[in-house]
Amino acid sequence: MSYIVDRRLNGKNKSAVNRQRFVHRYRKHIKKAVADAVTRRSITDIETGETVTIPREDINEPFFHHGRGGRKEGVHPGNKEFVSGDTIDRPEGGGGSGGSGGKPSDSGEGMDDFVFQINQNEFLEFLFEDLALPNLIKRQLAGVESFKYVRAGVVNQGNPAKINIMRSMRQATSRRIALTGASRKKLREYKEEREKLLATDSILRDQARLAFVDKEIARLERRIAGIPFVDTIDLRYNLHVKQPKPTSRAVMFCVMDVSGSMNQDMKDMAKRFFILLYLFLKRNYEKIEVVFIRHHTSAKEVDEQEFFYSRETGGTIVSSALKLMAEVIEDRYPIDEWNIYGAQASDGDNWNDDSPLCRKILTEDILPFVQYYAYIEINPRRHQALWREYELINAEIEHFAMQEIAEAGDIYPVFRELFQRRPATK
Amino acid sequence: MHEANQASADESSEAPMLHPPVVRQPISTESEWTFELIDAYDREISRVAKHYRLDTYPNQIEIISAEQMLDAYSSVGMPVGYHHWSYGKHFVAQSQQYHRGQMGLAYEIVINSNPCIAYLMEENTLPMQALVIAHACYGHNSFFKNNYLFRTWTDASSIIDYLVFAKNYIQRCEERYGVDEVEAVLDSCHALMNYGVDRYKRPAPISAEEENRRQKEREEYLQRQINELWRTIPRAASKGTEDQELHFPKEPQENLLYFIEKNAPLLEPWQREIVRIVRKVAQYFYPQRQTQVMNEGWATFWHYTLLNHLYDEGKLTDGFMLEFLQNHSAVVYQPPFDSKYYSGINPYALGFNMMRDIRRICESPTEEDRQWFPEIAGSNWVDTLHFAMQNFKDESFIQQFLSPKLIREFKFFAILDDDLENKLHVTAIHNDPGYRYVRERLSQQYNLSMNEPNIQAYNVNLRGDRSLTLRHIRHNRRPLEPKDTESVLKHLRRLWKFDVHLESMQDDRMMEAYHCRENSMEHISYEEKAS
Repeated sequence: MSYIVDRRLNGKNKSAVNRQRFVHRYRKHIKKAVADAVTRRSITDIETGETVTIPREDINEPFFHHGRGGRKEGVHPGNKEFVSGDTIDRPEGGGGSGGSGGKPSDSGEGMDDFVFQINQNEFLEFLFEDLALPNLIKRQLAGVESFKYVRAGVVNQGNPAKINIMRSMRQATSRRIALTGASRKKLREYKEEREKLLATDSILRDQARLAFVDKEIARLERRIAGIPFVDTIDLRYNLHVKQPKPTSRAVMFCVMDVSGSMNQDMKDMAKRFFILLYLFLKRNYEKIEVVFIRHHTSAKEVDEQEFFYSRETGGTIVSSALKLMAEVIEDRYPIDEWNIYGAQASDGDNWNDDSPLCRKILTEDILPFVQYYAYIEINPRRHQALWREYELINAEIEHFAMQEIAEAGDIYPVFRELFQRRPATK
Repeated sequence: MHEANQASADESSEAPMLHPPVVRQPISTESEWTFELIDAYDREISRVAKHYRLDTYPNQIEIISAEQMLDAYSSVGMPVGYHHWSYGKHFVAQSQQYHRGQMGLAYEIVINSNPCIAYLMEENTLPMQALVIAHACYGHNSFFKNNYLFRTWTDASSIIDYLVFAKNYIQRCEERYGVDEVEAVLDSCHALMNYGVDRYKRPAPISAEEENRRQKEREEYLQRQINELWRTIPRAASKGTEDQELHFPKEPQENLLYFIEKNAPLLEPWQREIVRIVRKVAQYFYPQRQTQVMNEGWATFWHYTLLNHLYDEGKLTDGFMLEFLQNHSAVVYQPPFDSKYYSGINPYALGFNMMRDIRRICESPTEEDRQWFPEIAGSNWVDTLHFAMQNFKDESFIQQFLSPKLIREFKFFAILDDDLENKLHVTAIHNDPGYRYVRERLSQQYNLSMNEPNIQAYNVNLRGDRSLTLRHIRHNRRPLEPKDTESVLKHLRRLWKFDVHLESMQDDRMMEAYHCRENSMEHISYEEKAS
């Protein structure tokens, strides 16, 4: 006797919890892999998962077993030329693999590291972990697509919260009219007849007919009253459908000080800052362009590799970069077609007399055209003129944010306001 | 009408071996499966299985998708299992390999339960589904029901209930004591899993009546509160008896998990219950570890025999048979020792060939067979095979039934690797003087107690620091692998909560000692002094 059961529709993620436990246990390794990946990858390339390598000995589950040495005898198949009494040299390295019945872990040596993939969501999760993002923001960033609900007429199924009362009642009324029409017509006739009958003299009155008409009237009234006032088939519900949010184009300016005082650690920190902004834009705009502007005493538009990984020395004139940014905006990104975001990272060094100029360029040539401008100062020894000038801007202008950064967790506050606002749409 | 008569006549004449002209009336001709067809094949296979007296539990055939198969894989074949990261590790590794195409999925997983649950994968073609039904639902199933080890050690009707209980219990513990806490205990238990089985004593049936169990548990708990073992109040007894009692356990104990469950001084009741769960699961799988060759051999032999029988009856098409045989021969292929595909002896190959060989010895014995197997040569092969399946495990099965002919066919040879010698020695090959020796060695290879180090709980220092001493009795001078041993001892210490020592003995001489203390691990080798 056999029972055949179709289990294909049962859940297929029975192992999800176990996998999660596993990921949790090895989060140290995964975090390291993610950190390495962030350094290695382009800031626009965060849409894939990552390969994680865990050394075999870290993941090993120990048990009592024999080590090398002692006397082992095993039987193997496929003898070709051996006869008993032959002696053979020990095979290189594999001396321990002698015939213990297919237990590869007995051989001990030469095991590969344990390599596996984490998916994009997990990748982002680990990336965000350091950045101390609130959960809502994490969801927003990692979420596949953002939708909004729009009205899409009326349907006859839905949940009670969405009942459209007006339409339901109209439906009920018409149903009642339709169902009671014939009865009411007859009722009217009987009532007229009754009036007539009552109008005649009580002696000549056809009593039998009157009794019949009274009975009919009562029957029809009962019948009409029996039609329900509101029936479930009358109910109408408002329908809302998900619609992807309208998206459009955005350009993101990454401005970074690459003078000698910015070391690679600071640049890596800045990279996380740029990634975060990029991720935010990615969720809200269909098409994003990234412009990299680096500067020391003069500014230059460069590609990403050069932006993060080539070194320059010398002094710092921040205004050069801002000037270049303003020029690029004017040349290539007309504000009626592009949403413009600016992100600037620096260690705070600047020629003193340059800082007021920076404020002027920002407030006049840049801030009026951008959606948001964020500035971070990484590991400053002490704040200099640039910070103070920017503080003045910050007090005045709403879509300007600044933050001093000592560790990755400080980056998020710069964007707090940005993430709270509804994304700008066109 | 005429054709039908002829077909049934063929059937009754019982001469399919001679291949008379068979009228083909196949069950199906296409290779896509449907539920109706699976049912039809199952009926036919079941009918033939009855013909060969295969006695099975009822079958529950479940069709699952590839993803579900991956899930089933990584829970090591338990249909319900508690959560643990190590299963996650298996799952990650396997799905990784599968998605990269490095590994095909197993065609089937079958669970020793009543009813016997077998998973069929939806991606398989109809011939493969039929093969799996014959292999798992009639082969493995009858083995589970009739082999003496399974009959003695596992209780098929209650295993699912027990696993559900275990899963829920561990989940409750996680809610109460935290996932990390529970995971730590499980890790430690898993490290000792192979030492959580009773080899000689039949365990009480897993998960007896719920009431019964609870009652016992309470009783145990109360008993623990007044555990005589850890009594600190001086006893009034005379000194003479006390000296004897100082050695605890009186006899060395090989079931370390059982020993911990009952005697670890500071474990919480829930921790003891977890130890018990791991122990029960280990015990459940113990027979499978001892009957790999037989179990796979038996199942493979029967899918081969049952499907050939159906073919001879004209119920299967030629195309069906070709696909089936191609898969079958891939499964029973044994690469030679010097092949890059060689990873030990293929249990399917050895088991299948031995089962067929037994049939051959029964049906057409040679002079050699009569000499080697006088009691089975010429006997009824179905009787003999059933007898062999019911009463042996791998070790004894090979010792009893491996014939010289098969040793020649496999070209078996024995190799001795002695660390005192510079070279390996070929001690015996497939020739007259070697048969018995090769067979004996091969049989030992399947003896679990030879492959696993012999480690027993030897003594507990009752009056002193409560430390636990284990003894490893070396066999053939084989030492323990030090790194893993140290890790396992740390796990053991976590359960015992006092120091743990391990002494590795060679003929009453201590060769090595491990001392696992609260913050230190010491590994002392006495080997140089000894030699």
